Amino acid sequence: MGSYVPNTRREQEEMLRAIGLAQMSDLYADVPESVFLQKPLNLPEGMGEMQLRARMEEMASHSRVFPVILRGAGAYHHYIPSIVKTVSSREEFVTAYTPYQAEISQGILQSIFEYQTMMCELTGMDVSNASIYDGASAAAEAAAMCRDRKRTVTLISATVHPDTIATVRTYCHAAGTQVQIVPKRDGVTDTDALCAMLTQQTACVIVQTPNFYGTFEHAQALVDATHAAGAKAVLSCNPMALALMKTPGELGADIAVTEGQPLGMPLSYGGPYLGIMAAKQAMMRKLPGRIVGETVDTQGNRAFVLTLQAREQHIRREKASSNICSNQALCALTAGAYLTAMGPDGLREVAQRCMNNAHYLQQALEQAGLARVGNAPFFHEFVTACPVSKDKLLLALEDAGILGGLPVEEGILWCATEQVSRENMDRAAAIVREVLS
Amino acid sequence: MNIPAELSYTKSHEWVRTLPDQTVEIGLTDHAQTQLGDIVFVNLPQEGDTVAAGDAFADVESVKAVSDVYSPVSGRVVAVNEELLDAPQRINEAPYEAWMIRVEVETPPQGLLSEKEYAKALEEEA
Amino acid sequence: MKLIFEKSREGRRLSILPPADVPHTALPQDLCREAPLRLPQVAECDIDRHYAALARRAHGVCNGFYPLGSCTMKYNPRIDEEIAALPGFAGIHPLQRPQTAQGGREVLSLCEAMLCEITGMDAVTFQPAAGAHGEFTGLLLIKAYHEDRGDMARTKIIVPDSAHGTNPASAAMAGYEVVNIPSGTDGCVDLEALRAAVGPDTASLMLTNPNTVGLFDPNILQITRIVHEAGGLCYYDGANLNAIMGVVRPGDMGFDVVHLNLHKTFATPHGGGGPGSGPVGCKAFLNPFMPQSCLGGTPGEKSMGQVRAFYGNFAVVVKALCYMLTLGAQGIREAAENAVLNANYMMHGLKGTYDMAYDHICMHEFVMTLDKLKKETGVSALDVAKGLLDAGIHPPTMYFPLIVHEALMVEPTETESRETLDEAVDVLIDLAKTARENPQVLHDSPLHTPIRRPDEVRAARSPKLKADLP
Repeated sequence: MGSYVPNTRREQEEMLRAIGLAQMSDLYADVPESVFLQKPLNLPEGMGEMQLRARMEEMASHSRVFPVILRGAGAYHHYIPSIVKTVSSREEFVTAYTPYQAEISQGILQSIFEYQTMMCELTGMDVSNASIYDGASAAAEAAAMCRDRKRTVTLISATVHPDTIATVRTYCHAAGTQVQIVPKRDGVTDTDALCAMLTQQTACVIVQTPNFYGTFEHAQALVDATHAAGAKAVLSCNPMALALMKTPGELGADIAVTEGQPLGMPLSYGGPYLGIMAAKQAMMRKLPGRIVGETVDTQGNRAFVLTLQAREQHIRREKASSNICSNQALCALTAGAYLTAMGPDGLREVAQRCMNNAHYLQQALEQAGLARVGNAPFFHEFVTACPVSKDKLLLALEDAGILGGLPVEEGILWCATEQVSRENMDRAAAIVREVLS
Repeated sequence: MNIPAELSYTKSHEWVRTLPDQTVEIGLTDHAQTQLGDIVFVNLPQEGDTVAAGDAFADVESVKAVSDVYSPVSGRVVAVNEELLDAPQRINEAPYEAWMIRVEVETPPQGLLSEKEYAKALEEEA
Repeated sequence: MKLIFEKSREGRRLSILPPADVPHTALPQDLCREAPLRLPQVAECDIDRHYAALARRAHGVCNGFYPLGSCTMKYNPRIDEEIAALPGFAGIHPLQRPQTAQGGREVLSLCEAMLCEITGMDAVTFQPAAGAHGEFTGLLLIKAYHEDRGDMARTKIIVPDSAHGTNPASAAMAGYEVVNIPSGTDGCVDLEALRAAVGPDTASLMLTNPNTVGLFDPNILQITRIVHEAGGLCYYDGANLNAIMGVVRPGDMGFDVVHLNLHKTFATPHGGGGPGSGPVGCKAFLNPFMPQSCLGGTPGEKSMGQVRAFYGNFAVVVKALCYMLTLGAQGIREAAENAVLNANYMMHGLKGTYDMAYDHICMHEFVMTLDKLKKETGVSALDVAKGLLDAGIHPPTMYFPLIVHEALMVEPTETESRETLDEAVDVLIDLAKTARENPQVLHDSPLHTPIRRPDEVRAARSPKLKADLP
């Protein structure tokens, strides 16, 4: 049996005696006898570290780690510099909790303040919170920020990530409010349909650009139409794409949300990731979750604290706009370290490489016989048709160690990050050609 | 504790001033601001909103707490003291000048306390 | 200390990318960003030192005692971190075919089976990313259940006044009306108040047991019966499961839904505020309503939907599984017993000096009330907490639960040694002495921390939430 209890049996007995008890079960006198467990749980015996490592390495070996990944769809295979891993595994950050005691938590607080600054810079927004669970829940929280007594309906584009749409639905239905899906046309949000759906009851419109299919939306037109109807615009933009593209701020959005996983977080089978959430100044007090602010201490030195706390659940209880308590602080710190490691030029270069590789891959696949679906500009994801069985094609790629694109209704959704080499894209295209022939 | 004689009060520590045009101003008493400590933000209704006697119409935030402010009257909000949005500390500094809203009342307010009654209520509370 | 932006120098950078091997594709001009991208420009060594300096200005479990009540700041095993970083876990895409992600599926299903055994539930979802997220999910399960039965009148959630703020906040988010019931003088549920509160409009009771004053509610079986007889369900807030795992199970106490905090009970690190993991367990009759990712799985017809993308904070689940496998059946119970023993030992040591809110055998934490000390000396719970900072001890949770005045809530956890507890008791006794002899010292505390007390009023009145960039 493994254990992290330092006190020996003998010490435990001495401590029991010190408090006037005879045995451990005396501590549980208040537990009704009928439910007090008389026999051990039906769980395996514990184990030491060597045995655990062997067991878990064995388990991990049952997963296939693909050296080449051409799949994104909300989880992106970017390179994580060593310095980022070093920083984010520092025990002082890993083993601390929410920085309630500012005097001994300046390290965590400053890292969040720097993160907030970087998120504002990336999104073009005025204020950022300290993170939320993931991109999908960030969109759902954004919808809640926009609702009021008069405007209750949330519109979300059909081109947003399906998990985000489903999450927004859950949150809105929980609050007893309506969600409507704005249809897509030619792989992007149908602007005319949006205009027809906007009413005095519309609270917000949620649009993702580049969208789930990798394509850039007519974001400006969508934001303008939303504002013309008096509703709020929520934009979700891949943070890597934001190094190159017009920011939500430049496009006039009221709230920017997105999945921050591309900024230094491993794929990890879907989490933990990072919900990024930033807004215009006017919505500052509606932001959910922790927010760090700069102030001074009694000696006039720079100091950071959790601030605007009266918004939060521990103070406002059932009147709080959100119930969030724990967030994704270490992921936010990781994103801050990643953006620092890349710097402005490095980040632009990674984004540009993603774009270059994806366009190279698209052409290679086109030449191999997979025609692109749609023709709007795209970032690092695109959809192709698939004239043969998608499963057959993808299995052939898997056999060569390549995780191909994601099968979707329209065909296959491909992705290329800076990590794929020309050689591997050529190899993938050759396999595709072979399967098609 | 400062309790001006010319105002009326509620048990929930709001003061009420009737203006010459018969609209009423509502604010927080000196006692309330002392209890709350440094006020950092005030959530106010909008001009044109209606308020009902006994219902919360605003809340005030200190660093670690939030308190509702209740309306002693029913009516329509005709003015909001927007200065408080930028300078909530006005409530701490001069509670009886820092009115929060002006209300055009539907029916004359009832059950308000006089200066003496409010002072007595405070004593009982302590 | 300088911000990373203030250490930036034009042109400094790291070398990461290989030479380009495919042609350049420009983003169409009308889509291009015009705003500058003012990220820091620094060398790798600068980054290392910057974060090393930040780490010196932080306090984790690795730095010292962290008896933060209600947060279970136990030791985080290092091996668990290494395992979660194995490529077979960290390198798998959430949308790989399940056949190629068997290692990941095994982690989730084994962890589910073990948590079911520990809680007495029949199914577990790992989607919720944190405890509050789990509460929201669990309440939506309950909502889906009542709605499925056509019982639309159940619109209220009963919450004791001692509950964590997340409980009422989650209930409100789930579209429920919150009914707060007062606790009895013993800090436990007042059965009469509960009987008066339940009815055909009761959707559920949300309860933490052991509760937030650190006591196991002896009437727990009556409590769940009263709620069930009124047609409501019972929701177990697992924040305090560390006291009772392996000893008694929520499922056996009559609870229908539970959420757990893997970052508390199962030793996964708190990360400076997250990521946590808040799995939700339920009895079989609620299983059809469990959440599922629409892209990564197939939601059942009656599923409540989903609360985030994919399957949850998977890497955190890996760590929790490592912890459970290490401890095994016996070790899990031993951990709970020692958590409770440590708390009682510490409470015993402090009893002569500090007033306990409830003088009774406690579970894994206890609550002191410094009301009298404050009246006599002017020294508040906050002052004592700040005094602890100079001793290198993270203060207990302050001013919670709300039903106790000048509260300090102490949770030592089982991974602290007797010497650590003894030292902390001595420090606290010293602080009480200082409060009587020289209270000003405590009003001025802390003196030796990276900063002194911050001006929180200024921070909230004129929020400065990001750096000024040139």
